[in-house]
Amino acid sequence: MAVAVPVTVPYVRYSIRSAHWWLARAFSELLKTSGLKKNEIDGLTVSSFTLAPDTAIGLTQHLGLSPRWLDHIPLGGASGVVALRRAARAVQAGDADVVACIAGDTNHVDSFRLTLANFSQFARDAVYPYGAGGPNASFAFLTAYYMQKHGARREDFGKLCVAQRANALRFPLALFKKPLSMEEYLAARPIAEPLHLFDCVMPCAGAEAFLVLREDRAQSLGMAYARLRGTIERHNAFASDPVQMRAGWALDREDLYRQAGAGPEDMDFVQTYDDYPVISLMQLEDLGFCAKGEGPAFVRKHGLTWDGSFPLNTSGGQLSVGQAGAAGGFLGMVEAIRQLTGQAGGRQVKNAKLGLVSGFGMINYDRGLGSGAVILQKTG
Amino acid sequence: MTISRRKNPILRTRLPTLPPAARSRVALGLTAAAALGRFELQQCGDCGMVQYPPREACQSCLSVNLLWREQVHGGDLLAQTVLHHSNDLFFRERLPWRLGLIKLDCGPTVVAHLHQSVKHRVQVRAALDRAGQAVIAALPEKEKADMADDRQLREFTCDPKHRKVLVTDGKTPLGQALAKSFAKAGAEIIWVGHSEPWKKFAGFDELKNLPQVTLLPFDVTDSKNVREAAAEIAGKVDILVNNAEVHRSFGIANRQGVETARAEMDVNYFGLLRLAQEFGPAMRSRGADGKASAVAWVNLLSIYAHANFPPHGTFSASKAAAHSLAQCLRAEMRPAGVRVVNVFPGPIDDEWNQLLPPPKLAPETLARAVVGALRDGVEDVYPGDVAQEWLARWRDNPKALERELSA
Repeated sequence: MAVAVPVTVPYVRYSIRSAHWWLARAFSELLKTSGLKKNEIDGLTVSSFTLAPDTAIGLTQHLGLSPRWLDHIPLGGASGVVALRRAARAVQAGDADVVACIAGDTNHVDSFRLTLANFSQFARDAVYPYGAGGPNASFAFLTAYYMQKHGARREDFGKLCVAQRANALRFPLALFKKPLSMEEYLAARPIAEPLHLFDCVMPCAGAEAFLVLREDRAQSLGMAYARLRGTIERHNAFASDPVQMRAGWALDREDLYRQAGAGPEDMDFVQTYDDYPVISLMQLEDLGFCAKGEGPAFVRKHGLTWDGSFPLNTSGGQLSVGQAGAAGGFLGMVEAIRQLTGQAGGRQVKNAKLGLVSGFGMINYDRGLGSGAVILQKTG
Repeated sequence: MTISRRKNPILRTRLPTLPPAARSRVALGLTAAAALGRFELQQCGDCGMVQYPPREACQSCLSVNLLWREQVHGGDLLAQTVLHHSNDLFFRERLPWRLGLIKLDCGPTVVAHLHQSVKHRVQVRAALDRAGQAVIAALPEKEKADMADDRQLREFTCDPKHRKVLVTDGKTPLGQALAKSFAKAGAEIIWVGHSEPWKKFAGFDELKNLPQVTLLPFDVTDSKNVREAAAEIAGKVDILVNNAEVHRSFGIANRQGVETARAEMDVNYFGLLRLAQEFGPAMRSRGADGKASAVAWVNLLSIYAHANFPPHGTFSASKAAAHSLAQCLRAEMRPAGVRVVNVFPGPIDDEWNQLLPPPKLAPETLARAVVGALRDGVEDVYPGDVAQEWLARWRDNPKALERELSA
């Protein structure tokens, strides 16, 4: 199965457009880059928080599309992995030939607050009335607990943030353009202790997209593509853990590596879902790059930039590119396709053959529910 | 905690804002219990699982037979944060704000407002916040003397400490007990009304000698008097306690004419209406006025407000009317964050309940219950064994209670 045509619609901090505008730009960019016509894309997945009251089906009429396979995937940070999995099955089963997976959100000045207040029933009943801190507060708990349990220091999280900023300086579409030093990271103002400014993503507007199709089709179209080697998905794993220190990857990673016929040591880069750095450490542990609790030692040991010993979030991740709602769940996937098709420009990981993309989504109450991962391989 | 005695009249008074008030219907189970000062969580009637946040089905066995049951209060603090940023106006004005993630002894993990002196073990309680909705607050496991002074906790409670109180009727033993209880609780000023100021009443001297007390001519049946009193003090009252009542027993057939019933209505129902019209607006405007803002309005109702007690039939009717009006007042005061506390006592041990058998409520006990309710942030108070028993009967089966009371 081929994954191709990485598209990023340039992000902006605030937009007066609706989500439809951003998704339209993403779809049209897919057509332009692939050379396909509208009716040649016969499958569509849509992920967006701000598309309401519409869903994927409304978007088909809005954009004049007539797909024979359609899916709405409101899974936030897990959207990219899940969209790819479903699209690949649809193509495999013959329900569609070419599936466009698109994700995008707008960001008006007040839209983030409104999204938070009604994010979920549990959030409205049992989180938002407690200081209305949004995900900052939820991840502050996880970060504080992780620090006390595993001896992580702020510098360990800082190392990720500083490295990702260095990567972002080589990604022209990243919203953050200034270098970040460890001193600046440590001196930032507190947001929700122990989280400080640079631990938190910045909400913005933007869109991301890619295509899923059979490899022979991609070849006949002359497309550069990455090959899907393995993928896992799990929701609400370890529900009885009193505080989240692991997610579905810990349950399913053997399956992932078995499908791919490769192990963590074979990965040339990793794209984690990085809305907060502690979550990146959790993914590295659960996906077997190091043992549980050894995340801090792992990041101390490795260079994390695109040219380091462990290239991580090579476009800068959401922390340095910006979090465009559900598009944040696509960011790592789109960057991985770029890396494996030689389109990563000045941050190209040398000889990158295998890459792992991880997704994590939906803080429904006190933890992220959805997790998934994909291993992609360079072809040609 | 120190509070400046005088406020600069030139400076703008902070306007009331409320914490996020939206809840799903099922989550209001927590509010219903918190209104009575109870900490209840959903418990599965089939498998016994305790769960939170509230759900429509048991997360373990999928049963929809979910019961709200009182739970143990203990828990462990797993992690904490201090918010320096909030997306909501109410909290933005009150940062920094401390929160905890608590593993309850009864099972679930909860997000809670965290008292400043919590270290590891906590006791949680469900409190009503300024929006009138239940939230979980985590307090130190062992009570401490100055525990109520916690800045965050005071946002949920209506503690009389440092506050200015009006008790509308000081002539009754209950009014005098209330004044003494508020003085003991640290109230700064206590205005105590008396309806016939030319007459000295029993207990007058003792009341007058309390340093916090200022006696005030006050008659809830006199619109002009209420308006004038409001003009003088309504902008300063933080807690209003309306304990003025007329209580004459007998049902319908035992008395001719409507004069007595009208007198009961004039005090018990119209008295509340007059007070609400004159004092309500000023208190609403001061719902967020510094550390000692307007916080509460207490109504002395009666357990008979829920179901008529025929031997005290017209009194019951007047209290039912007052209860209904108090619900309206509660809705109107809520946008300002001022809590309306309704007190539903059983028979008070006074002359009008002479023929009722004990247990009867001592005025001092009732006064302590009122202060306790304000401190705990409760909004419906059922003090005493009789009230508790009636409440239990009424919640179980209102029709059965009607029959029992008319037997």
